[in-house]
Amino acid sequence: MDIFLQQILNGLVVGSIYALIALGYTMVYGIMGLINFAHGEVVMFGAMVTITVISALVGAGVSLPGPLLVIIGLLIAIPACMLIGFTIERIAYRPLRGAPRLAPLITAIGLSISLQQVAILIWGRNYIPFPPILNHDVITFLGASITKLQIVIIALCLLIMVGLLTMVEKTKLGRAMRATSQNPAVAGLMGVNVNSIISATFVIGSGLGAVAGVMVATNYDQAHYYMGYMIGMKAFTAAVLGGIGNLGGAVCGGILLGIIESLGAGYIGDLTGGFLGSNYQDVFAFVVLILVLIFRPSGLLGEKLADRA
Amino acid sequence: MSLLDVKNLQVAYGGIQAVKGIDFHIDQGELVTLIGANGAGKTTTLKTLVGMVKKASGSIQFDGKDAASIHSHDFVRHGLAMVPEGRGIFPKLTVEENLLMGAYARNDTAQIQDELVRIYDLFPRLKERCRQLAGTLSGGEQQMVAMGRAMLSKPKLLLLDEPSMGLAPIIVQKIFEIIQMVAAEGVTMLLVEQNARLALEVSQRGYVMESGKITLGGDARALLDDERVRNAYLGE
Ligand SMILES: Nc1ncnc2c1ncn2[C@@H]1O[C@H](COP(=O)(O)OP(=O)(O)O)[C@@H](O)[C@H]1O
Ligand SMILES: [Mg+2]
Repeated sequence: MDIFLQQILNGLVVGSIYALIALGYTMVYGIMGLINFAHGEVVMFGAMVTITVISALVGAGVSLPGPLLVIIGLLIAIPACMLIGFTIERIAYRPLRGAPRLAPLITAIGLSISLQQVAILIWGRNYIPFPPILNHDVITFLGASITKLQIVIIALCLLIMVGLLTMVEKTKLGRAMRATSQNPAVAGLMGVNVNSIISATFVIGSGLGAVAGVMVATNYDQAHYYMGYMIGMKAFTAAVLGGIGNLGGAVCGGILLGIIESLGAGYIGDLTGGFLGSNYQDVFAFVVLILVLIFRPSGLLGEKLADRA
Repeated sequence: MSLLDVKNLQVAYGGIQAVKGIDFHIDQGELVTLIGANGAGKTTTLKTLVGMVKKASGSIQFDGKDAASIHSHDFVRHGLAMVPEGRGIFPKLTVEENLLMGAYARNDTAQIQDELVRIYDLFPRLKERCRQLAGTLSGGEQQMVAMGRAMLSKPKLLLLDEPSMGLAPIIVQKIFEIIQMVAAEGVTMLLVEQNARLALEVSQRGYVMESGKITLGGDARALLDDERVRNAYLGE
């Protein structure tokens, strides 16, 4: 029983981060019908930039409380990632609007690789440790343990997601985003600058990605040029699981995938008589992806999966 | 000077000429209809007027400005609104959100709220369904949404592309009543219709379009009596 609760808690932490990243995939898909496979790299840049900023501050002898240093790092990483997302759309995707759907897909994969190469040039190929500025105190209850940091991660993810959903549902910008995703030509007729809406979508998604990247880095105490690939694939899976294009679906899909993966990792040893260990946990995400694509391609909350993916 | 003045307008899709050099004008306060068979180029003409399709040549003067200088998403800010063919509602926005999209380019919040109330007075059905997703409405109700939405942009010129298409006769009647009410409020309109008789009956002037060209034009009453119109469009 303890291990069950423990795995649920672990799943919630990872799952809420997946959800935050999945929102970036699903927002872009909703508005342009495009899978931005470079989104994982935006997440990676968020982590890298934050670590660099914090390390520089610590190295310069600035002594501020850890959480404050992380906030300063975020305040630089978020706009940096927004700029990356904005630029990606402008130079890579916009010229391909109306092109056959394979073209932006290949471009997305090429972009993802290019961004990794840029990260190697800046930060090298090694793991970059997160500076030891955060408190990893553990809270224990009902036999399961969770760090205060992880509680903050879950709470912040939920807060951001509620904020985003409220923005999309209640504000004029959100209404214009939904209108554009449903009928861009008519949205233009209403005076919506569709290009600006698409830019805004990339910028917001990338900002969320930056925050997620920092959460990953604090949770695992490190970052790496390749980290965006796996977490990006997981989050993409979460978006498909929830119903790609559907914001609420991305949130549910992310949290659910985190929990599935975590329970899987916890029990895989027992299930296979010790043949497979918890290092096989990544397999679960892709098993889920395959099962969803076979049995419910529209995802949990999606109505239909457009064939344009 | 006319509100809208179109000279030698030509529009092509790839190599195919859809509009082959047409001239027409609309004066302030007029209700003008453009009739013609399927494929004549009516929708293409309207889309060109609101910048959804680029013209090949010719000139469009709207309210004293050259339309070529207007960004495609800014036409509504210059006073041009369109009820598109097939209504073009946002199916997963509520009725009220659809209507408010019509006012997207405006910032006078208080006045928008007043006009929303007026639209609901005009279309009580929409008020009852204001929180419903527009995609769940009947065709006639969706047409009301599209018209209310266009009116909320406070247009100087309202373009209507086949508002009666696919609707039951009793609903068509209702839509035409609304068109006349809107006209009575002083909104200038260009009405594209296949239902030529009804359209000519409510309009002051009309044009007939055939294979990309305007072949007839004039007083709506005169067109109703015209031999060619009667044979080709009024089924007599
Ligand atoms: N997007 C398009 N691409 C290519 N040809 C088109 C397109 N839209 C319309 N056409 C062609 O242009 C001509 C005029 O069409 P349209 O303006 O829709 O006529 P109408 O509204 O009078 O029925 C038709 O021959 C039609 O096939
Ligand atoms: Mg048409």
